[in-house]
Amino acid sequence: MCLAMPARIISLLENETAIINLGGVEKQISLALLDTEISIGDYVVVHVGYALTRLDEVQAQQTLALFAQMQSAKEETK
Amino acid sequence: MSGIKRRGALVDVKRGCVELSHGSGGRAMMQLIDQVFLSAFDNELLAQKNDQACFNTEQGRMVMTTDSYVISPLFFPGGDIGCLAVHGTINDIAMSGAKPLYLSASFILEEGFSLMDLQKIVQSMAAAARDANVKIITGDTKVVERGKGDGVFITTTGIGVLAQPINISADRAKPGDKVIISGYLGDHGVAVMSKRENLSFFAPVESDTAALHELVATMIAAVPDIHCMRDPTRGGLASVLNEIAEQSQVGFMIEENTLPIREVVAGACELLGLDPLYVANEGKLVAICKSADAEILLAVMQKHPLGKHAALIGEVVADANCFVQMQTSFGGKRMVDWLAGEQLPRIC
Amino acid sequence: MKYIKAFRDANLAKMIADKIAAEVNDNQPYRLMEFCGGHTHAIHRYGIPDLLPKNIDLIHGPGCPVCVLPIARIDQAIALAELPNVILCSYGDMLRVPGTQQKSLLKAKAKGADVRMVYSINDALAIAQKNLSKEIIFFAIGFETTTPPTAVALLKAKELCLNNFSVFCNHVLTPVAMECLLQDENAEASVQLDGFIGPAHVSIIIGSDAYKKVAERYQKPVVISGFEPLDLLQSILMLVQLINEKSYGVENQYTRAVKPQGNIKSQALMAETLELRSTFEWRGLGFMPNSALQIKSAYRDFDAEYRFPLQMSQGQEHKACECGAILRGVKKPQACKLFAKACTPENPLGACMVSSEGACAAYYAYGRIK
Ligand code: SF4
Repeated sequence: MCLAMPARIISLLENETAIINLGGVEKQISLALLDTEISIGDYVVVHVGYALTRLDEVQAQQTLALFAQMQSAKEETK
Repeated sequence: MSGIKRRGALVDVKRGCVELSHGSGGRAMMQLIDQVFLSAFDNELLAQKNDQACFNTEQGRMVMTTDSYVISPLFFPGGDIGCLAVHGTINDIAMSGAKPLYLSASFILEEGFSLMDLQKIVQSMAAAARDANVKIITGDTKVVERGKGDGVFITTTGIGVLAQPINISADRAKPGDKVIISGYLGDHGVAVMSKRENLSFFAPVESDTAALHELVATMIAAVPDIHCMRDPTRGGLASVLNEIAEQSQVGFMIEENTLPIREVVAGACELLGLDPLYVANEGKLVAICKSADAEILLAVMQKHPLGKHAALIGEVVADANCFVQMQTSFGGKRMVDWLAGEQLPRIC
Repeated sequence: MKYIKAFRDANLAKMIADKIAAEVNDNQPYRLMEFCGGHTHAIHRYGIPDLLPKNIDLIHGPGCPVCVLPIARIDQAIALAELPNVILCSYGDMLRVPGTQQKSLLKAKAKGADVRMVYSINDALAIAQKNLSKEIIFFAIGFETTTPPTAVALLKAKELCLNNFSVFCNHVLTPVAMECLLQDENAEASVQLDGFIGPAHVSIIIGSDAYKKVAERYQKPVVISGFEPLDLLQSILMLVQLINEKSYGVENQYTRAVKPQGNIKSQALMAETLELRSTFEWRGLGFMPNSALQIKSAYRDFDAEYRFPLQMSQGQEHKACECGAILRGVKKPQACKLFAKACTPENPLGACMVSSEGACAAYYAYGRIK
């Protein structure tokens, strides 16, 4: 349910709106739901033309790092 | 504008719009035809102003096709309904291996449609035909009341000739054959969607609309025994493969990793919940040939400007169910089924 | 496409899958329900079951908002669309869903109703501003993810005094449905579950804490999971570990987007405009108290249910359709006699075949090869 994609903010506009970029596609979206400050370069999760939240890049990196860690642990045991 | 004599006063193309009188067979219609159509399509056969065109045929089998064009919006990045109506019909002829010769063009115009836009469309058709070395030699115009049409509908019929004794047909795919696509998938569909009123996004991608007969000619010169060829228009690659699977009673296994898809097309599809395999193309072809011919065919395609990004994307397999399957880049297998209804953007 | 591709890496997937295989106890079943249709879709698209040990059973839950909408509401939406002078707008997903006697919004459109597909409720607002002499009704569906945009639109309509705009509200609530499934668990012919793969984007709004009550009361582990295949695999690994330890409670795999308390501002926007409905019917689950939202009386001017006479509809399902049992996780699509025979995506006889997230459609698209 609820198709939503992480996309990068490339400009901030009036009326709580912004332009996002996803793989080169640009679209105007609403920031009206966000409870955090947003700046250019941030990633947001977009659903039906609204940003649902700012993507926490530190957390994203941590999740990816965890995968990498599992992998290197596995390689050592080989 | 050799050989064309004007009749009566000029039509005000700049400010005018299509009126019912433009389709009623009177002087207004003649003026519109002279000024907008004849001058653009300009050729000897058309200039005779008969209700039909008479021409000699070349040696070989004749090939004929017809197609109607309706598209919203009429103008889109990389093209418009006019060049689309020329390219599409040329391509349908070219997929048999034939050389396209002549087209007819029939217009249904909506009362109130801007003559400027009409002229733009007609000129774009003329340019597309000229570039392809194909003549538009007969045509027709009708006007419908406002609200009963969507601006312009165009029907083109094409005639071509197949000189060589070859047989390219959708029922000739055999297990072991290779599948080649001539370039990036989904460009046309995404370019058009990006301009639809209810979606409006910006994507730096243009429609791939193009006439493919010259590419086809170089392919046949190198590999005369191409088994099947189709242009994956509406319904995209997935639909074409399913059609061929059914007609040849075979299955397909394609490799997701090998599919040429631009990042922006992939991005638009993620955003809208669409699958690029089902998105339309207007300047691409799928060719199926013997495994031994595949490398040669791919190489000549890649040398042609319209086949620069051609890729080998999979092969024909024996399958009583006629399933089209894909080896995903994630390592699994999935079905690539017929499209169910129109592909609609989704939220979930 | 940063933060998308990295979570679809095939080698890493294999590695996590191996780890899952190493952790499971062979003699124990792991019955995991993925609540969301988004997970169902991803599980099939990426062939996740092929990567898992046999005793992990993934059971599809009722988390496809298109599928759980009862047929009566679809009939009502079609009736609204057929009223004179009305433009009915909705998300693309809704247009093909069959109502009673296979009628759908698309079919109503073919017969002359003005039905428009929009990508966002904002587009419906724009249509209302452009067509002041017409009544614009937005057919709102979805879980908590899709609800806040509806709340924003209601506020905006009020601020602009956009009196020709109204919303036919069908928003439903996730944790209530989860609880209902668990309550049912002891009943006969109900589904036995060992854990939940929790909703991704719903949880962005309501927060991972929202499932605490259910998880504790029924002593089940819930792992909030992202929608990419690596997210899913990691969540399954976490669930296996929790089940092995016999622990329960809520854990969050999707930390890059979901916070414990959720999106407070969105919650406030919803609270301002919407309130609990005393009861609402879910396809397959029946009537559940407090499981859906309705528009508050302060916004009644924009509530289609007040502005237009709603036709009462009994909503007749196709007799042999098993959507109900499938949505409750009791049956799998192949168990339906109509599956892939009379019922296909071209001619869906039940809701589960319509949305590409529906269990039947997902099985049809990806699962038939086995
Ligand atoms: S296959 Fe069709 S009829 Fe059967 S349960 Fe699924 S949706 Fe209903």
